[in-house]
Parts: sequence; C-alpha cells; structure tokens
Amino acid sequence: MEISFFLILISLGVALIFLGFFFWAVTNGQYEDVASPPLRILFDGDLAEVVTEREHDEPDKPGV
Amino acid sequence: MNQTNQGFETVYYDNKTVRDFALACVGWGLIGMIVGLLIALQLPLPGLNFAEQFSFGRLRPLHTNAVIFAFVGNAIFFGVYYSMPRLLKTPMANPLLSRLHFWGWQLIILLAAISYPLGITTSKEYAELEWPIDILITIVWVIFGLNMILTILKRREQHMYVAIWFYLASFIAVAILHVVNSLAIPVSLTKSYSVFAGVQDALVQWWYGHNAVAFFLTTPYLGLMYYFLPKASGRPIYSYRLSIIHFWSLVFIYIWAGPHHLLYTAVPGWAQSLGVVFSIMLIAPSWGGC
Repeated sequence: MEISFFLILISLGVALIFLGFFFWAVTNGQYEDVASPPLRILFDGDLAEVVTEREHDEPDKPGV
Repeated sequence: MNQTNQGFETVYYDNKTVRDFALACVGWGLIGMIVGLLIALQLPLPGLNFAEQFSFGRLRPLHTNAVIFAFVGNAIFFGVYYSMPRLLKTPMANPLLSRLHFWGWQLIILLAAISYPLGITTSKEYAELEWPIDILITIVWVIFGLNMILTILKRREQHMYVAIWFYLASFIAVAILHVVNSLAIPVSLTKSYSVFAGVQDALVQWWYGHNAVAFFLTTPYLGLMYYFLPKASGRPIYSYRLSIIHFWSLVFIYIWAGPHHLLYTAVPGWAQSLGVVFSIMLIAPSWGGC
C-alpha cells in the first residue's frame, strides 16, 4: 500500500511544520506569561467605539 | 484608514466583511437545511423526486456541501474576521483580500448549487466539486490564508492567543487535504478522474474526510470558542496552560486518527491499529480542552 506511505509522508510533513512553529513559539517567549493573555482578550473592545465615546464626553469638559 | 490623533492611533476594524459573512452564513444555512429537509422527505415520499435535477442523489451533496462549506464555512470566516483584528490589535492586513475572499467563497457556493443538480460530480464525499471549482477553492483559500498570515506578521500584540494558533492550523491542514484529495486528470471542463485508483483512492478520500471534519468543522470552532466563550461570559478561560496543551497535542495527534474510519477494510492491520492508538491518545487534547 504505497499510498499509506504517501499519506504518512504528507502528515509527517505537516507535523514537522508545526514542530517548527512550536520551537519558534517556545524560544520566542510566547509561553513565558500564561497569566495575562486570557485576561487581556476581555479588554479588546472596538478602538473606534472608545474614540466615539470620548468625543461625546468632551464637550462637557472644555480645556481638556 | 489610520490617523494620528494626539499621539494615539485611531484604528478601524473592517466590520462590513464580518457582517457580510454572518448574513451569508444565515442565508446559506437556511437554504442548506431546507434542501436537507427535502431529501429527508424524499426517502419516505419518493414522489418528491420530481425531476432528475432535484432527485435525492443530486441534492444530497448539495445539502452536505451547503451546510459544511456555506453555513459552517461562512460562520468560521465571520468569527475569524471578527476576533483576529481584536486579538492582534490591528486591522486585517488587506481589505481587498478580505473582499476577494468573501465574494470568491460565495461564487464557489453558487457554482456548487448549480453544478450538483446538473449531475457534475467527482463522487468523492464532501469533495464532489469538479476540478475548475477545486482550483477556485484553492485560490480563495490561499487568499484567506495570506490575509491571515500578513495580519499575524503586522500584529501589535506580541503574544499570539491560542485562538490564532487554531485558525492557523485549520488553514494549513485544509489547504493540504484539499489539494491532495482533489488531484485529478481532467478530460473535459466538467469531468475529471482522480489520480488515485481503487482502494488507494478510498484511503486518500477518508484521510481527507476524517481530517476535513477535524480541521474544517472542529479546530476553527475550538479557536472561536476560546475567543467568544470568555467574551460572552466576561471571565477568562479556566486555565490558559491547558489551552496550550490542548492545541499542541491536538495538532500533532489529530491528523493520524483517520484510519478509525476504515476498520475491518482492506487497509493494512497495522495502519488500522495505529489509527486507533492515535484516536485514544486524543483524550489528551479532549480533556485539556474541556
């Protein structure tokens, strides 16, 4: 079943690509901090919305 | 679209593409499920096969493809185009690529909806589209991946949240599965023959079929869940460490579990056993994820 070896080679290739990604992620320090990333995503609201809100506030505070 | 404002940069995310994908998801989802209802009714009521173009055999792939690639697919893109700029703190790399992706994907769905009732099919389950449409899928998929990778490269958030890894894995795996399984020799614009023959073709087909479920229906949604569940509940995931184990164990194990679809077949016994061993090892990402 040559086809098995063909598919195994392709699957191994994919695994090697991701092994490369894994080593990059570890040496790049992606996993040095596992405490803040899950919290940080909770504060990713639309920046445009934030700006809009500030514009609404500003007329009340001249000189700011 | 960027402007400097008192030292702060104002960034606009492309919410139009997000909305379009959401609308497409709902629209195609309704159509796909209505076709599913029709073919279900055709089983007890054969009279509903009122024309060859609308018979069970031709509408069934239309139903499965519409639900998988149009309903689920557009929902994936909706979620990715929404969450990715917010996770990476930068708009998608190229708005033109986003638009090409959206319209290209809808064109593929439309071509599927026309070609299946006409009986144009490769007869490969979940990959019935003929070669010109397969090439179009490859192009649109690469546009999606390119847009995603360029966005990752210009990210302003150094850490890549676990959801991004799931999106990336889905892109790479589906690209490879689609190209290998669709390798064919065309004899006309609407007919081609697979380069694989007999049981070998069956093996490639289920290597594709298993992993299409894995990397089109599962991993993109794991990524989306890691984003939308914490956002919806307003609290972080229970353990970020476990999510890292979840991703990396899944990505190295999932693709090897395909042979469990081919137990007691002509596939060599050792390959069946190996596939089962990997399927049991999938308990690691399953527990890590849940």
